[in-house]
Amino acid sequence: MIRLHNVSKTYPNGVSALRDVSFHIPKGQFVFLTGHSGAGKSSILRLIIAEEKPSHGDVRVSGFPISRLTKKDVPRLRRKLGIVFQDFRLLEYRNVEENVGFALEVTGTRPDRIPSRVIRVLTQVGLASKAKVYPKELSGGEQQRVALARALVNDPAILIADEPTGNLDERATRSIFQLLKEINAGGTVVVMATHNLALVRDTSYRVIELKGGAVVYDSAPESPPATANPQSVRS
Amino acid sequence: MRAPSALREAARTARRTPLLSALSVASIGFSLFTVGLFGLVAINFRQALRTLAERVEVVAFVLRGTPAETITAASQDIAAFPEVLEVRFVSEEEALARARRELTEFQEAFRDLETNPLPASLEIRLKADLRNEQVAATVSERLRAFPFIDDVRYGQEWVRRLDRLRNIAGALGLGIGLAFAVVAVVIIGVTIRITVLQRAKEIAIMRLVGATNGYIRRPFVLEGLMMGVFGGLLAAAMCWGVFEVFRSSTGEVSRTLVFFGNTELALILLFGTSIGYFGSLVSVGRHLKHV
Repeated sequence: MIRLHNVSKTYPNGVSALRDVSFHIPKGQFVFLTGHSGAGKSSILRLIIAEEKPSHGDVRVSGFPISRLTKKDVPRLRRKLGIVFQDFRLLEYRNVEENVGFALEVTGTRPDRIPSRVIRVLTQVGLASKAKVYPKELSGGEQQRVALARALVNDPAILIADEPTGNLDERATRSIFQLLKEINAGGTVVVMATHNLALVRDTSYRVIELKGGAVVYDSAPESPPATANPQSVRS
Repeated sequence: MRAPSALREAARTARRTPLLSALSVASIGFSLFTVGLFGLVAINFRQALRTLAERVEVVAFVLRGTPAETITAASQDIAAFPEVLEVRFVSEEEALARARRELTEFQEAFRDLETNPLPASLEIRLKADLRNEQVAATVSERLRAFPFIDDVRYGQEWVRRLDRLRNIAGALGLGIGLAFAVVAVVIIGVTIRITVLQRAKEIAIMRLVGATNGYIRRPFVLEGLMMGVFGGLLAAAMCWGVFEVFRSSTGEVSRTLVFFGNTELALILLFGTSIGYFGSLVSVGRHLKHV
């Protein structure tokens, strides 16, 4: 599903964000990307969603070669992905169902098919009763559920979550994580960047740890074996 | 985005940010208003010059004793010149009567006359677009070739000045008009850019969920188009208001002033619509290139 091969990324200002990163995420896997701020987690996610192109190496997502992606291909790739962020990124002037339906409108879904799909996914995230409510009237956890519903409504093969629980309290964090697990159980690849090591330790999901732009630990590498000396995750 | 949903989205944006939309329309309206006001001055100045040019005519004085048939035949020939609008024969008697009527200070002298000293003439009016020195000189030259023509006059110095005035006014009008138009385009461009930046978050979300650039662009372009139309209408209304206030406050003096015709009004609207359309297209295109 996702393959990075000898990937390096240097930004125009000279900052080297990733150094020789390689890993493969097969179908159905749940992967944590961990590491301190600046370790390269977000850079990897930006490469996966084609917001950036690698400086060296090869990134393939659902068969799309990111380095050679044309502008027209980017929307096609994004329609295969669901993306959620720490800051939810909801449209404040649209209510919950409109925010979710927006992702369908954008992809050209027939208007008469939108309501049923929106309700299905809102039910999945437990917000069917708040379809007409505006984001400002929701808690952080609920807003993130709306963002998740929007990410899921197009039935993506891959869900990218960049610190999805970063702004949430413990309870909301657990509930969002539970949702992500359920989504993964349905066959969707979930790649979640997080600082929350407690969350990581409690599960047996694959963990890829980054430091200074390089992979320093991979709990389930294909080959070769992961670099030794993993730090925080195993401690 | 299909056209109806893009239209709905554009209308929704206008409703959501009424102040920004109103300011944008006002900004486009005022920018076009300055261009329109200049246009109003320009068309009235052109009108005044046209009225002056009405007086440009070539007068050919006829030798005494020329038979009437000769003059009639020649008049028909001259009327067939491509530059000529009409030819009028003024007999010696008519010339004297006109002089008596118009030159009242010479009443005494005219009364004591035993013979009529004034010659008959042919007064030749040129076609509207050809009332300039070059054409007047060419026609005069051709008239001199008739054997019964004694002399030809067309107020050479006066026509030359009129030509110069027309050239200067044309160049100035074009230069200032262009400058006004450029300023209007810049102001409108900045206004549209602000509306695009104000919706940067929305654009980012659209891209994240897989919207194509065309989909993102459409409601912006429609919105720009609508702002252009309303801005153009506002500009035309303001021009009309200023014109009416000026005309009613100056009375007789401004009796001959003219307002825009349908063509000019349509041009203002077209100008506003085009700037709104292309301004949005460029602004959102540039934004999409950088996000």
